[in-house]
Amino acid sequence: MLLEVEALDVRYGRTHAVRGVSLGVGADEIVTVLGSNGAGKTSLLRALQGLVVPSGGRVIFDGHDITKLSPPQRLRRNLALVPEGRQIVLSLSVHENLQMGAYCRDDGGVDRDIDAIYDRFPNLAARRAMPASVLSGGEQQMLAISRALLARPKLMMLDEPSLGLSPLLVERLFGLITELRGEGIAILLVEQNTHMALEVASRGLVMELGRVVLEGPAQELRQSDRLAAAYLGHA
Amino acid sequence: MSGYMAGIVAILCINLIFAYAIFVTAAAGQLNLGGAGFQAIGAYAAAYASSVLMQPVWITIPAAMAITALVGFLISFPVLRTRGVYMVLATFAFAEVVAGFLLRSTTFGGAIGMVVPDHVGVPVLIACAVGVTLLVFYLMATRVGLAMRAIHDDEPVSTIMGVNVRAVQVATFTLAGALAGLSGALYAHHFSFVEAQYFNALLSIYVLLFVLIGGTQTAWGPLVGSLFFTLIPELLRVGGSWRYVVFGVAIVLMMAIRPEGIVTRQLVARLSPRNWLTRRKTVLGERHAG
Repeated sequence: MLLEVEALDVRYGRTHAVRGVSLGVGADEIVTVLGSNGAGKTSLLRALQGLVVPSGGRVIFDGHDITKLSPPQRLRRNLALVPEGRQIVLSLSVHENLQMGAYCRDDGGVDRDIDAIYDRFPNLAARRAMPASVLSGGEQQMLAISRALLARPKLMMLDEPSLGLSPLLVERLFGLITELRGEGIAILLVEQNTHMALEVASRGLVMELGRVVLEGPAQELRQSDRLAAAYLGHA
Repeated sequence: MSGYMAGIVAILCINLIFAYAIFVTAAAGQLNLGGAGFQAIGAYAAAYASSVLMQPVWITIPAAMAITALVGFLISFPVLRTRGVYMVLATFAFAEVVAGFLLRSTTFGGAIGMVVPDHVGVPVLIACAVGVTLLVFYLMATRVGLAMRAIHDDEPVSTIMGVNVRAVQVATFTLAGALAGLSGALYAHHFSFVEAQYFNALLSIYVLLFVLIGGTQTAWGPLVGSLFFTLIPELLRVGGSWRYVVFGVAIVLMMAIRPEGIVTRQLVARLSPRNWLTRRKTVLGERHAG
């Protein structure tokens, strides 16, 4: 396993957001974490990136215990997060946002990697000098993912990337996620779009009130009545 | 150069260095309304080293900078616990404490002030101002400069990108201390006299206005702001006391029309000949594609 999480606990004061969550992500798979609002999915990702300090449990990444590492140290170990709501710096240019993605890198390959991003997303290339605020929602999401790519991730964690995108763009986004997996990047995908997430993922977990209440191969979860009825409100 | 012109150039150089001190923290999103306090420490450190310890200028000025850098470093820890308007108040309070201390201290001459024996001429001031300007332009072009701007605009995202926000902020306060100290030391050596009353709240407000009106997005801001604030009152001198009214109205208008300051990133991009060319190419390219 590339990422192994053992009995992770996250508390904010008296709120117990993540309660003893264990999960694993293999080096070439997409694992999705499902659940309704307030289930603790975002808290889980924030703890995995080091943005909140877990109150218990361990995180093993690429063979090392990273539980106590800071976000920059985790980025240097090639663990990257695409946060919820895209969160690019709107007043910086597209190019500067990409440079920020490589902030923790000390090698000389950054410019080459940014050129590769521009080849992949011609829309970003055409707007490289413009402030990121002029991008459309879909382009902003591409920029957020590109920025995470510049950390050369072994594992990319995405927090509800499809939020607010049109059905066509959602389709394209999940296509891109599958593509990245094909390039050897493991994906931990937090989603509310259950249908699409289970289509691209090999395995899935369902969280409720901070706990994992259901997990298994995506195939099985898709057909699970329990998932549909109890946790996601689809009859 | 006439005495009048030399006087304006000298104060412009000192103001410019001072403005860059405030700019480096403002560019990283921290408003410092205690500039006069840092400048006063620099001025008095140089004055004391020169008149009491009898040290030459090439020791007094670096020593003053080292002291204010240390003060900036130390003060950043309590100040960075505050945000927004509370940070403005905390830095303001710091400057008042410094002024109050100097005014009551017999070591530093109290209300009488101190005479500074060694004189530094206008050419040195110009050289220092140019050097500081180039340094800040260089800083803003580096990765640290990019991180400062990212922190200014979006601190949480900067953290996700791996920026050690606190370290960058402490570093900018330290650099700000050193630059404010330099401006104070140059002031002391050029005007050969320091008094605590000069380093008052109005001075802190003025230098922050230089930076905010000039613009905090690019290193051009303090340059334009300092020129504007130092030269406009001189140009308006013909109007007598009315110049303050005109000046005040100009500031209010400026804030209403350009809240981001006179110089914005977009303005710099528009004026840059290189970007002009690439944009034309892009527009043409899009036309071909369409």
